[in-house]
Amino acid sequence: MVTIQKLHKKFNKNVVLSGVDLTIKDGGIFAILGPNGSGKTTLIKSILGMVIPNKGDISVLGENIKNNSAYRYKIDYLPQIANFPSNLKVKELIRMIKDLRGNTTEDEHLIELFKLQPFLNKKLGTLSGGTKQKVNIVLTFMFDSELIILDEPTTGLDPISLIRLKDLIQAEKAKGKTILITSHIMSFVEEVSDEIVFLLEGQIYFKGSILALKTKTNQPDFEHAIASILT
Amino acid sequence: MLKILKYSFYDLMRSRWSYVYFGFYLLLGTVLLFLNNDLSKAVITLMNVIIVLVPLIGTIFGVMYYYNSKEFTELLLAQPLKRSSIFLGQYLGVAISLSMSLILGLGIPFIIYGLFKSNAIWDFSLLLITGTFLTFIFTALAFNIALSNENKIKGFGYAILLWLFLAIVYDGAFLMVLILFEDYPLDKLSLVGTMLNPIDLSRTLILLKLDISALLGYTGAVFKQFFGTRFGLIVSFLALIIWVILPVFRIILKSKKKDF
Repeated sequence: MVTIQKLHKKFNKNVVLSGVDLTIKDGGIFAILGPNGSGKTTLIKSILGMVIPNKGDISVLGENIKNNSAYRYKIDYLPQIANFPSNLKVKELIRMIKDLRGNTTEDEHLIELFKLQPFLNKKLGTLSGGTKQKVNIVLTFMFDSELIILDEPTTGLDPISLIRLKDLIQAEKAKGKTILITSHIMSFVEEVSDEIVFLLEGQIYFKGSILALKTKTNQPDFEHAIASILT
Repeated sequence: MLKILKYSFYDLMRSRWSYVYFGFYLLLGTVLLFLNNDLSKAVITLMNVIIVLVPLIGTIFGVMYYYNSKEFTELLLAQPLKRSSIFLGQYLGVAISLSMSLILGLGIPFIIYGLFKSNAIWDFSLLLITGTFLTFIFTALAFNIALSNENKIKGFGYAILLWLFLAIVYDGAFLMVLILFEDYPLDKLSLVGTMLNPIDLSRTLILLKLDISALLGYTGAVFKQFFGTRFGLIVSFLALIIWVILPVFRIILKSKKKDF
């Protein structure tokens, strides 16, 4: 699904990724973890082509992504901070994204699911953080793409919406899709992910199942296993 | 690219600033016509205003739009769109909406005053064409500055400096050079000097067309002598086109390499 070879990226003098090799196979939920500033978002943005790597190759579904934009039709991306043009209405934003990517009817079901109808005619600038995140989720999941990338999907969500999001993620997984998630909420990661990728100082420190991590670090629970890597 | 252009344009048309800009020109055109009571004279006064103000508005607006639409840009970058179409679309959206405010804002009072029956129509059209060129040039320059500077304040600072330099400082410095080297033949130098500043170039272009030798100044006179009126017009037009193409080209190059 995604193959990354010897990926290097630095911002000015700050080395963020130094030689990341990663293969993500088809199907399943992969969590990308790591302390703050370990390069999670940079890695994700490199896959999306928003960050241009200094060195290395990335291919998504067998296509090299360099100087390519069409491959993004196969990716749904949920950005970390839901920053939308503030003078646009929710309805207009949804219509605009549909106009740019192709039509879908899935949005109606998602709006219903997250109870967004009262907000459709409101401007995005007036929405609360959680509501923006819900709009963000609608925009991400309304297309039926093979790869879904979620950057901190739980930010600002209330418990009910969180449950709905988890159901949504599981439903997508059941369709055989590949889902990449970054999150700082360890219980969320433990609950949803099949495999974790741990980034540390710009390299992949660990890749495997949560069980394997627990055995490796000799810790009974996931949170402590992660903590023991960092200490 | 057309879709992005459509959304940027639509977004700008709904913003207050387009109307303020439009209203300003409407007022300016009307007031000038009343004060001068003569189309040709109003055109000359207008030229002096346009040549300084249009670049300023283009620069400020371009930088402001880029920084303000950062979120929109990031949203678009994750979509299956080419980077060049995203940025060109936005650039054209800003440049076209500004040009429209200029053309409509000035055009309406002049048409009402009886532009079509007057022989100032060509001078006036040239004025609007030059104004449009200046808008496209300075918006493109502003986008270049904004693309190269993550820091908003720095970006704004450089943009204002650029305008200040090209609109005011350049002429002074140029004059100093001419005085310092007055013993040498300076016609080639002054020709090149005019070409290198789109504001000077526009001024020369309009004055050549208006055929007012008294206002031409040294460079304008050299220009006229060197190229003749007709050829001079063509050369200055070509130079203006190059002034649009180069910054636009850099927008494409720069946007391809930038991280978001």
